[in-house]
Amino acid sequence: MKGFAILLLFNLAGLAGHHLLHVPLPGNVLGMLLLLLCLLAGWVKLAWIETAAQFLLKHMLLFFAPTIVGVIAYFTEIGRQWLPIVANLFVSTAVVLALTGWVTGRLAREEEAGGTHG
Amino acid sequence: MDELRAFAGQPLFGIALTISAYVAALWLNGKRSWVHPLFATTGSLIALLLVCGIPYDAYREGGDLITFFLGPTTVALAVPLYKAIRTMRRHLKAVVVGVLAGSAAGIASSAFLVWLMGGTRELLLSMLPKSVTSPIAIELAGQLGGSPQLAGVFTVLTGLIGSMFGPAMLRLLRIRSDLAIGAAVGTSAHGIGTGRLVRESEVQAGISSMAMSLAGIVTSLLCIPIYAWL
Repeated sequence: MKGFAILLLFNLAGLAGHHLLHVPLPGNVLGMLLLLLCLLAGWVKLAWIETAAQFLLKHMLLFFAPTIVGVIAYFTEIGRQWLPIVANLFVSTAVVLALTGWVTGRLAREEEAGGTHG
Repeated sequence: MDELRAFAGQPLFGIALTISAYVAALWLNGKRSWVHPLFATTGSLIALLLVCGIPYDAYREGGDLITFFLGPTTVALAVPLYKAIRTMRRHLKAVVVGVLAGSAAGIASSAFLVWLMGGTRELLLSMLPKSVTSPIAIELAGQLGGSPQLAGVFTVLTGLIGSMFGPAMLRLLRIRSDLAIGAAVGTSAHGIGTGRLVRESEVQAGISSMAMSLAGIVTSLLCIPIYAWL
């Protein structure tokens, strides 16, 4: 339960950063980056949060389910322009996947090769 | 009908139904590995709500309580991210440039496709930020003059599609390194893609978490000139 409390407190800190300090990142993402910093600095020990984090992460997909079910409220609106929507969702997502993967993979290989020479 | 609405409006209804559907989907995924757990969960829930005529607002009373856990779970992504940081530090440039290229291509291809297929301007603006995590996408679409609600819908659908087909597509393109897979899935399919990688590889999930945050930042920055141009 200690781990869960720590995760909630970082979530709260992220939310505070977003709402009170107007950091332009969602509270969740900001909380994640804050926790990362504290882990790197050694202020938070991995052992304190690992059990709680692994449990939540294992079931992360579950927590998205209600939001996706919410798409039913927009069925008629999507139906009106289904062709551009479906084409965009599939094709543009494939473009992002392929390009990001290709560029990252290629640059990493070049860095590896450069590293062995230098 | 009012009785059914009142019954389904109990938070327990949405919670019990969603968790049961999820457990069944995990079981099915164990038998047939190509069944994506989130697709099976949401597909069966949508079918059930439609068949029984239960309004989404009633289901939501319980559903929102499950969605709440996304907060601490996203924070928990710091754990795989922390563990992957060694791998990533050596290749920080590769990840940053990859995310930048992917995010820019996502915005451009999105605009082009909606324009090509004759979608409305509102649709185009709502679809631009679809690859980033939904709170950011909702905010950006609103600023650009699109519909925040639709942007939220497109974001989760993009996440689901990237999560379902991303890893297989990358295998087909012979993109095999953990670094490239994590970066690609995190950039295109944010938390939902990351949520799938978590089940398969901690390293990929860590890189994906980083890519997802970077994509959120990069896309927000890329939307500034678009906003000025509009």
